[in-house]
Amino acid sequence: MSAETAEKFTIDFEETELRLGLPGKACGFNSGCEGAARGNGKRVFLETIDLKLNLSSKDDDASAEKIRASVPAEKKMNSNDGKEKSVAAVPSSSEVAKPPAKAQVVGWPPVRSFRKNIMAVQKNGSDEAEKGGAGGSGAPAATGAAAFVKVSMDGAPYLRKVDLKLYKSYQDLSDALAKMFSSFTIGNCGSGGMKDFMNESKLIDLLNGSDYVPTYEDKDGDWMLVGDVPWDMFVDSCKRLRIMKGSEAIGLAPRAVEKCKNRS
Amino acid sequence: MDPGKSRDSAETARVMQFPNDVLERILSLIDSHRDRSAVSLVSKAWYNAERWTRRHVFIGNCYAVLPQIVARRFPNIRGVMLKGKPRFSDFNMVPPNWGADVHAWLAVFADQYPLLEELRLKRMTVTDESLKFLARKFRNFRALSLVSCDGFSTDGLEAIATDCRHLTELDIQENGIDDISGNWLSCFPENFTSLEVLNFASLSSDVNFDALERLVSQCKSLKILKVNKNITLEQLQRLLVRAPQLTELGTGSFLQELTAHQYVELERAFISCKNLHALSGLWEATTLYLPVLYPACTELTFLNLSYAALQSEELAKLVAHCPHLQRLWVLDTVEDVGLEAVASNCPLLEELRVFPADPYDQDINRGVTESGFLAVSLGCRKLHYVLYFCRQMTNAAVARIVQNCPGFTHFRLCIMKPGQPDYLTNEPMDEGFGAVVKTCTNLRRLGVSGLLTDLTFEYIGRYAKNLETLSVAFAEGSDRGMQCILDGCPKMRKLEIRDSPFGNVALLSGLEKYESMRSLWMSACKVTLSGCKLLARQRPRLNVEVMKDEVDDGQSYKVYVYRTLAGPRTDAPSFVCTL
Repeated sequence: MSAETAEKFTIDFEETELRLGLPGKACGFNSGCEGAARGNGKRVFLETIDLKLNLSSKDDDASAEKIRASVPAEKKMNSNDGKEKSVAAVPSSSEVAKPPAKAQVVGWPPVRSFRKNIMAVQKNGSDEAEKGGAGGSGAPAATGAAAFVKVSMDGAPYLRKVDLKLYKSYQDLSDALAKMFSSFTIGNCGSGGMKDFMNESKLIDLLNGSDYVPTYEDKDGDWMLVGDVPWDMFVDSCKRLRIMKGSEAIGLAPRAVEKCKNRS
Repeated sequence: MDPGKSRDSAETARVMQFPNDVLERILSLIDSHRDRSAVSLVSKAWYNAERWTRRHVFIGNCYAVLPQIVARRFPNIRGVMLKGKPRFSDFNMVPPNWGADVHAWLAVFADQYPLLEELRLKRMTVTDESLKFLARKFRNFRALSLVSCDGFSTDGLEAIATDCRHLTELDIQENGIDDISGNWLSCFPENFTSLEVLNFASLSSDVNFDALERLVSQCKSLKILKVNKNITLEQLQRLLVRAPQLTELGTGSFLQELTAHQYVELERAFISCKNLHALSGLWEATTLYLPVLYPACTELTFLNLSYAALQSEELAKLVAHCPHLQRLWVLDTVEDVGLEAVASNCPLLEELRVFPADPYDQDINRGVTESGFLAVSLGCRKLHYVLYFCRQMTNAAVARIVQNCPGFTHFRLCIMKPGQPDYLTNEPMDEGFGAVVKTCTNLRRLGVSGLLTDLTFEYIGRYAKNLETLSVAFAEGSDRGMQCILDGCPKMRKLEIRDSPFGNVALLSGLEKYESMRSLWMSACKVTLSGCKLLARQRPRLNVEVMKDEVDDGQSYKVYVYRTLAGPRTDAPSFVCTL
């Protein structure tokens, strides 16, 4: 399926997606309850985190904190997507609020928890087998239902964790991280996503300044500058993220600049 | 002997003149619960004869009756089946500690049925203490089956293995339990030989393989063996040569590097299993080792591949060897092409279940579609049970499917995106489900999904005269929809609804209906507390239980209504309010 039709599929999908029985939802069937709409989005995102973290988040205050901190990122994603989409509206659902991209509903689809868990492990195993050739042992990899990586920022008192699968692009990730570490700036990504990193002079300016720069450790254990490779490849190979002080990232820059030169 | 006999009416007097022992002899041959219930309504004599001869009792809702009442009516019970929580608890919609603890029942049984042999539990809470109690108190205990239960650990299983000297069946399926260790298997006594059924496929700890091998060699009557994922292919081969009499096999992991010699040995082991008619497990099965199954497949009637993420070609090759297949469970990784192969190769297929490999990934567009289902309906005319998870469906396809297979008894279609319309016409799925209920007059169970309006439920109410179980999710419409169902379906027993716009008017329209049903579940609908209170007040023989929906601000409730002879339950946790 081409990327374009895939995108359209996703668009329709979100447009007609119904939410849980929340206060706004009751109205949502008949006429718009705009006030509740954002409430819908926020709460369903909570749902997402609950499910994806596999934690009993009721007990875990730290993760509840994370959830609240991350919500603004989701909202921003929403509004961005909203501008770009051309929507094929389905009559009675047009009033339903646009939910965040990867929100899930409790207990839906109706698959037993036991089966759900088995499949997550299975998927890891079969992916390994496909990639690694014969006789893969099915060891869990970064592929699978979620891709959680630790995020550290130089100078911050604690680390965070993000699920890379929740984001569709470097911009999304950057926004989320920006909210998480509010003094952090990735610089101006612009509409081209990683393209600005290709702009040599901009990059050098960035790195020479006191701005922070995102780096990641890949599967080989090397520390790389975020933004070089296509997003999907990045998600697959990223093991952890580190937001370095610009001045410390100088050593990484030449590699990126070299790649820029080779590409252009 | 029976004083009631003399009061029988003239019309039935002739039939009633059977001597009691003759009547009891005849009735003891009746197994079906429903037949027995019907028998017990004929007359007092028959009621008594039936209750004395009943050996197995099935209680569909453990809160519908008190164990003492059951024991009083049926003095000679040897086997009990109990179901507890509402079905939606399988999907995490019921908070933990909701109830359905079996212990109260065991306590009464220890007193009244000391010779109890069988216990089959579904969606009940079972603690280790209860399992230990069971093992200790019932000297004649033989068969334990726990499906979708919670509350116990493998420690409890140790007690069962150690103390139940006559155990024939241990069937542990898909429970939420504490899997501490596989040591329980080693607790079977040295000279233990009685096992006929052993299913520990859903447990994840390693068991001692030597103990397992010894167990299998000694239990010559072992017919059903389903091992867990940790058992390797090599180990499987060793088990199979010791148990060629198996009729049902659940393999362990089907992925291991085997030498050529080991491969041949494994193949030979499968060939020697001449009575195999059901196969499951097959975790991580790939084209590499599936061929060892081929010789065993010719007589296969049930193939459960729902844990093996097979691709279409792999499935196609496999089912080419399964001409007698009647039941098939697969993952949607096989795609439409895989289902087409099933249609070509398995003309005797009666049941198909297609589970989603990636249910929560909304961005992918893989899996099965309407064309796979259609293909199967064309090739497998005896199809009557389908559970189908898909990402797209059309009304036209559904209509053609039921035209091909009008004999559906169970039609469970799950279009995974809530409220999704016919993807070609953008219309609701009303006409599709309408076709199902109009055509399939024997329909007993229906699961609807996709975009639905009141019209779907009008159709169901009007045509589904044999419908007993209905599951509704993310429907649209109004109170009228639910009213149509409650007014229309005379045999309705279990109705479960979520995230649909049915409110108090709909709820109260069923006032006359609920006592003839087992239960009603409504969550994230428009029902309010006052509506529930009204229902509870009008119908004291119903328990109207209300739980606050966790993710909300006080408006939304989960309502569970069921008929009962036991009154409000005494073990309700704080979050459950019986009105």
